[in-house]
Amino acid sequence: MSKTLEYPFTAAKVRSLKLGHRVCVSGLIFTGRDKFHRYLFQGGKSPVNLADGAIFHAGPVMARKHGKWVVLSAGPTTSARMDSYMPRLIEQHKIRVIIGKGGMSDATRQACAKHGCVYLEAVGGAAVTVAQCVKDVCGVHLLAEFGEAEAVWALTVKGLRAVVAIDAMGRSLQKRVRQSSKRMLAKMLK
Amino acid sequence: MFSVRKSLWREHIFDLIRRTATDLPADVERAIRRAQLREKRGGNAWWVLGEILQNVKLARRHDAPLCQDTGTLSFYFIVPPGFDTNALVGATREAIAMATRAGYLRQNAIDPVSGVPYQTNVAPGSPVFSFRQGARKTVDARLIMKGGGSENVSAQYVLPDGELGADRDLEGVRRCILDAIWQAQGQGCAPGILGVCVGGDRASGYEHAKSQFLRKLNERSPNRTLARLEASVMWDANKLGVGPMGLGGRTTVFGVHIDALSRVPATYLVTVSYMCWALRRRGMLLGPEGGLKRWLY
Repeated sequence: MSKTLEYPFTAAKVRSLKLGHRVCVSGLIFTGRDKFHRYLFQGGKSPVNLADGAIFHAGPVMARKHGKWVVLSAGPTTSARMDSYMPRLIEQHKIRVIIGKGGMSDATRQACAKHGCVYLEAVGGAAVTVAQCVKDVCGVHLLAEFGEAEAVWALTVKGLRAVVAIDAMGRSLQKRVRQSSKRMLAKMLK
Repeated sequence: MFSVRKSLWREHIFDLIRRTATDLPADVERAIRRAQLREKRGGNAWWVLGEILQNVKLARRHDAPLCQDTGTLSFYFIVPPGFDTNALVGATREAIAMATRAGYLRQNAIDPVSGVPYQTNVAPGSPVFSFRQGARKTVDARLIMKGGGSENVSAQYVLPDGELGADRDLEGVRRCILDAIWQAQGQGCAPGILGVCVGGDRASGYEHAKSQFLRKLNERSPNRTLARLEASVMWDANKLGVGPMGLGGRTTVFGVHIDALSRVPATYLVTVSYMCWALRRRGMLLGPEGGLKRWLY
């Protein structure tokens, strides 16, 4: 039923994904949210190589067990907050996959189409399900600067489930729903 | 008498936090299950709700926070006359620090000036306390955790609102609520639950709207006019088709709770507090010495 998508996320793999289809992501992904996006946008040097990579809009709950980091809970955060930074970051860092929730703006949608990137909707709040998919915490960057929730965690995941909400042609599921629900609302408020 | 028992209070409140963070109230879980039955089998809405249900089960089994955003901690206490609330505040703060160290709470309180997170979630404005004096001898302690995504899509309207065609009447209120639901789309982690306050001022409006989440999902407003409005808004909201996570579907909201406060002649506010599907609410009844009587909800 769902397609598997494995790291490295090449342009060809990403372009083969269809809007509304479900995918299982495996391999290396990086968490990054408000502070990291702003940092990169302002010209900060990325501590990780994002090319053909995936950025996961999330701020996990972490714990140290036997001297090693483990993820306790790691659902996606609202991606719209990253909208003003995203188009430039997709272009400059060759990000191919964004995992988040709630959908993203037209500018991000267009950047996805232009540079070959997809936006995957993970289920907001389903944080333990995601945590179960994390097989290894490979490293953490900018922890002291940003704190635990905003740091860049390098995670190896297996079978992280999501829906293609913006495909590499720039079509957006959420945009369609927004428009159809707008028409419905207008009818109700007549 | 109370201070001697502080460790007992701390333990109970720690347990309250743990249970709130890791498990949904039964009525909310039931509503999600029912919603899944309404969706087309195999479709994305059905899938999202299935993922949510599985997540709830996993969180319970692994004793882990069901959402990584452990939210703002809002405590609602009803205490007997003459009760030492300072000691209760102290015990609650200690319990929060413990729960943060144990991984039940994320480091979720951040200093907006320096940008630095507080270590233990005990900070200015965290947690939020509400105390009321009751007539009983028991202490009623309730906790609501509300995440930031849902807080960001909450909204306050000043009536009349020309753009929405919302006048200072219940039809105007209805329009505001439906607009808030539409604006939120999937960004507040739909399907959501709405707490609405009609009237009040800017501050009391939000506070009162949020406190509606203490009600069970099937608890209708005792005011019949408002109860009818709750039902009508819920019906309309689910026809919008926003669906789980804004991907489309038949369930956009699980519950609508509306209440009213008096207003001043010049102001007519409608405040809509949006709660994500992960409505984390728990409560307990404690004896005046800190012994647990029973769990609420």
